[in-house]
Amino acid sequence: MAVTSTKPYVGVPRDRVENFNGKQIVYVGWDQHMLFSTPFMIVVEPGMKLGDMLQNAVRPLMQPDPDAPAVDFGKVEWLKGKQPWTPNFEASLADNGIRHKQQLTFRTPGLNTLGAAGR
Amino acid sequence: MDMTVAKKKLGLKEKYKLLTRDLGWEPTYHNKDEVFPYVKYEGIKVHDWEKWEDPFRLTMDAYWKYQAEKERKFYAIIDAHAQNNGHLNITDARYLSALKIFLQAISPGEYCAGKGFARMGREFPGVGTQVACQMQAIDEIRHAQTQIHALSNYNKFYNGFHAFADARDRMWYCTLPRSFFDDAMSAGPFEFMIAIGFSFEYVLTNLLFVPFMSGAAYNGDMATVTFGFSAQSDEARHMTLGLECIKFMLEQDPDNLPIVQNWIDKWFWRGFRLLGVVGTMMDYMLPKRVMSWREAFEIYGIENGGALFKDLARYGIRPPKGWDDAGKALDHMTHQFMLALYQYQFGTAFHSWIPSEEDMAWLSKKYPTTFDKYYRPRWEHIKKLKEAGTPYANMGLAKLCQTCQIPTVFTEPDDPTTLCHREVEYKGETYHFCSDGCQHIFEKEPEKYIQGWLPLAAIFQAPLNGDLGAWMEWVSLADGKDNGDFAGSEDQRNFEAWRNQATSNQ
Ligand SMILES: [Fe+2]
Ligand SMILES: [Fe+2]
Repeated sequence: MAVTSTKPYVGVPRDRVENFNGKQIVYVGWDQHMLFSTPFMIVVEPGMKLGDMLQNAVRPLMQPDPDAPAVDFGKVEWLKGKQPWTPNFEASLADNGIRHKQQLTFRTPGLNTLGAAGR
Repeated sequence: MDMTVAKKKLGLKEKYKLLTRDLGWEPTYHNKDEVFPYVKYEGIKVHDWEKWEDPFRLTMDAYWKYQAEKERKFYAIIDAHAQNNGHLNITDARYLSALKIFLQAISPGEYCAGKGFARMGREFPGVGTQVACQMQAIDEIRHAQTQIHALSNYNKFYNGFHAFADARDRMWYCTLPRSFFDDAMSAGPFEFMIAIGFSFEYVLTNLLFVPFMSGAAYNGDMATVTFGFSAQSDEARHMTLGLECIKFMLEQDPDNLPIVQNWIDKWFWRGFRLLGVVGTMMDYMLPKRVMSWREAFEIYGIENGGALFKDLARYGIRPPKGWDDAGKALDHMTHQFMLALYQYQFGTAFHSWIPSEEDMAWLSKKYPTTFDKYYRPRWEHIKKLKEAGTPYANMGLAKLCQTCQIPTVFTEPDDPTTLCHREVEYKGETYHFCSDGCQHIFEKEPEKYIQGWLPLAAIFQAPLNGDLGAWMEWVSLADGKDNGDFAGSEDQRNFEAWRNQATSNQ
């Protein structure tokens, strides 16, 4: 039973991609970098090149962390959802198979200035 | 000669019996299922409604008399508070943030509880239950009113109080309590009773009211202390109603046990998330602190809750599923919450601030295993950014939990350096969660939660379509007044100036 109800009931999701004026949501998280409380919520066109999204939308948001200048997106480890993944920065989000509300996470092992006290 | 017999005066018990049991007539031209259409679909089996006892047996005339007396006292004190500039007696204007959050996030919940109990007073067939629910409905509306009235005096002088109702409906941090009550109000009557009557009133109320009211007393806020007292005498009745309901369900039929257990698991977790806000106020927003959130939870959560679940074990009830995860979160959650409130402070109708040296010393004493190790370095860095003239604001909006609707700021139960990442695929859509607890709640009733209105996603849909200025107007946030850092705020300046006027000859 997908909901406790008096009769059959089907819900309508509020956040379907059609409701975003041609854009989609992508979440981008920086593993172990806890200055940022949650992954960033980015709202962009699915046709945008992944590399452009990272440079223009994600990189500026990373600046408050002292590790930001040392990050080379081409050299970090990537997860799409929970799976290891190899991105194609020249291809669009859609061609990279990045769906609406999908989370990308990048890992920068060895680079964690603010986390140092936590080790 | 005939003896005249004095007319016998009715005792309270008889009066109550007349007042209630006679209401329970047998319908003749409708069957009972048509009159009470919502008591069966949740699966709770009831064989004898007469078994639901209302130990208070309060009659309406006694109820009115008692409540009216409390109202008179309450408004006398509130008037005196207003006339004597009671708002200048608080320890510091930082304290106002706790009040603003309370008014925006918690008081509207009282109103929702009132609506919910009014409905339950109609939907339950047992007459003792009907009367008890109706009284609680009136109590809850009174709580909402007294809180709004008590805090309205602060609204004359400070920012952030003026649009609490809009904040409740639209603000991203208010959807936490809002979704809690919406979830309860859209459930059946028995689940509502577990959600509000049992989980909230019985298990969690002490954690909300006792620390908050003693925080108010410690910080010189007589207005809040007064509404606290006025509400607290109702709580004994509310807690009893919740406990009676749960025992009633468990005693009526053994098939009710798994349903009840599932609700306990769910509503404990939802309540625990909701109280994270209260914990953050306790640890960070009271200039003079009473006890830490951890200490409060140890006393009112672990000790009292533990005793309660031991008592319920004879019915086969075990402690809520999220109990251990809650324990693991205690040393982290308020710090994670406050860091989030600070970095998104451009979008809050209250002020936040970087904890002072003294605050941080207190926090490391209260959280010896976690604060210095994980959270102090972040605050120190944020302080450095501010001193360098580049104050920290996180302009990337937050990922929200589909169930409890707050930013997913919490970490893995066993790894405080990794954010909890939970996602579920349902009918081709992806949904994210802050925790296993919230994911489990979703998975039991996905058709309910996929409809969740997530306030940050809503900014990018019609009618706002991504316009942040339009968003501020829509949530009635006065930019530069209601939001931002406490340091340098109008509230800080005004409070200092007025207090100096009141305490010196300048
Ligand atoms: Fe209440
Ligand atoms: Fe959640």
